[in-house]
Amino acid sequence: MARAVSSRRKTIVTIVAWVIAFVIFFPILYTVITSLKTEREAIDGISLIPSGTFENYVEVQAQRDYWKPFTNSVIISIGSTLIGLVIAIPAAWAMAFSPTKRTKDILMWMLSTKMMPAVGVLVPLYLLFRDTGLLDTRLGLTIVLTLVNLPIIVWMLYTYFREIPGEILEAARMDGASLMKEIVYVLTPMAVPGIASTLLLNIILAWNESFWTIRLTAANAAPLTAFIASFSSPQGLFWAKLSAASTLAIAPILIMGWFSQKQLVRGLTFGAVK
Amino acid sequence: MATRQTRTLARFMMTPSVVLLLIWMIVPLAMTLWFSFQNYNLLMPANRSFAGFFNYIYFYTDPAFFQSIANTLAIVLGVLAITVIGGILLALLLDQPIFGQGIVRILIISPFFVMPPVAALVWKNMIMHPGYGVFADISRFLGLRPIDWFAQYPLLSIIIIVAWQWLPFATLILLTALQSLDEEQKEAAEMDGAGAVSRFIYIILPHLARAITVVILIETIFLLAVYAEILVTTNGGPGYASTNLAFLVYRTALLSYDIGGASAGGVIAVVLANIVALFLMRAVGKNLDR
Repeated sequence: MARAVSSRRKTIVTIVAWVIAFVIFFPILYTVITSLKTEREAIDGISLIPSGTFENYVEVQAQRDYWKPFTNSVIISIGSTLIGLVIAIPAAWAMAFSPTKRTKDILMWMLSTKMMPAVGVLVPLYLLFRDTGLLDTRLGLTIVLTLVNLPIIVWMLYTYFREIPGEILEAARMDGASLMKEIVYVLTPMAVPGIASTLLLNIILAWNESFWTIRLTAANAAPLTAFIASFSSPQGLFWAKLSAASTLAIAPILIMGWFSQKQLVRGLTFGAVK
Repeated sequence: MATRQTRTLARFMMTPSVVLLLIWMIVPLAMTLWFSFQNYNLLMPANRSFAGFFNYIYFYTDPAFFQSIANTLAIVLGVLAITVIGGILLALLLDQPIFGQGIVRILIISPFFVMPPVAALVWKNMIMHPGYGVFADISRFLGLRPIDWFAQYPLLSIIIIVAWQWLPFATLILLTALQSLDEEQKEAAEMDGAGAVSRFIYIILPHLARAITVVILIETIFLLAVYAEILVTTNGGPGYASTNLAFLVYRTALLSYDIGGASAGGVIAVVLANIVALFLMRAVGKNLDR
């Protein structure tokens, strides 16, 4: 009897959960479906079955040179993340293994720099970039995104490094391992999963960053965020083509995101929720 | 454990991060502060002069200023309310045994990975459009008149879009926290005759407190700076109905070329964010201590 009740309950909960999940996912699903419709079908009422044309994808590349912003997005998000890691790894390592009284204050201060609203520094940054020729360059945007995400990279690495037992390092040191050996043979293998998670999450954050990427670029260095935002004016592409461009822009990150759910929770809560 | 040598090394290793962030924080901020006391318009760059507090007074007496602050607060509080309450309910639901739980989780978390311009344009053109949108289709099906969302309820529309993006985040964090709750504790309470509501109030909610604090902190950082969603949907309008502080500063700087005025607005935005940050960081600092 008790089992019958609980399995009925499970069925009801399952149905409710699937309905909610469908509603939440619907705008994404509908974008993908619309991208496979013709322009006429796209404005012809709700229909979940497209005629299945890939023409929109071809058109987006032909008319608007889709690969250029896509390449920009790849270079800027991966570039800023890698540079950020190179700067942050030593810092996080030092804070995790040689903490001082001030370590916690420094970490909180770094986090507080994220609190500074971007518009507070929009004007000087815009003028600096204009005067140094960094406006609308991939280099300029990479520098800005590195600095914007640096606090999160340091924090994430710190929470991972802190879980590596310090005794192992001491033992290696006792056995006469040099600092280089300690890093290469002992620390690196244990740190790689944490570094990989940080890499993944920061590529996602950099890919989707939509203030600096839109404001500091024009035709040349515009990544996908700016490219898509340029369709907001009515004379932009039609909906089916916009849907195709949107699908291409979100697909890689969506798939990466699905695989990084756990790391996302850890990384964005600074290790407070695991 | 730390010898003097390792301590020196540690300091050396932290230097690049600390120095870069220090420069990143201080240089542009100092420049913003400097510009905010100047008469400086990009259309007349030769006419630069000291302005005293004129820019601040100008910004302060602009009716758009108070509206933009009210809008900023409405977006932050509205989205926080929807995502935290919705997130708790969804997390409680997903914590039950479900067929295909992995897929349900993937579907629900997905909107978080959609870049803001895409999210906003999809909602604008395909969901909320008064002629062709899904909402309009549903209204007509029910025999109602379709709502012109961005003309009639611009701010609410933006809150809905942004909440759609952040609900998954809150749900995922709260679900993870919920799953770390000791099963035995829940069972013991159940055996003691605690009902579902009192179990929620006395066991589940306190357990979630830390996760909720973190969700509020992270979301607030991003919600104070909502920008792309406004840019591609309402462009701040009609009038200033959906302009938040971030958008107002952008409008002043890059549409009116008023560097002085925009800088004053930027300084005000920084001060406001710091007031919010002070409270939040204190709460989080307390919650992160172990």
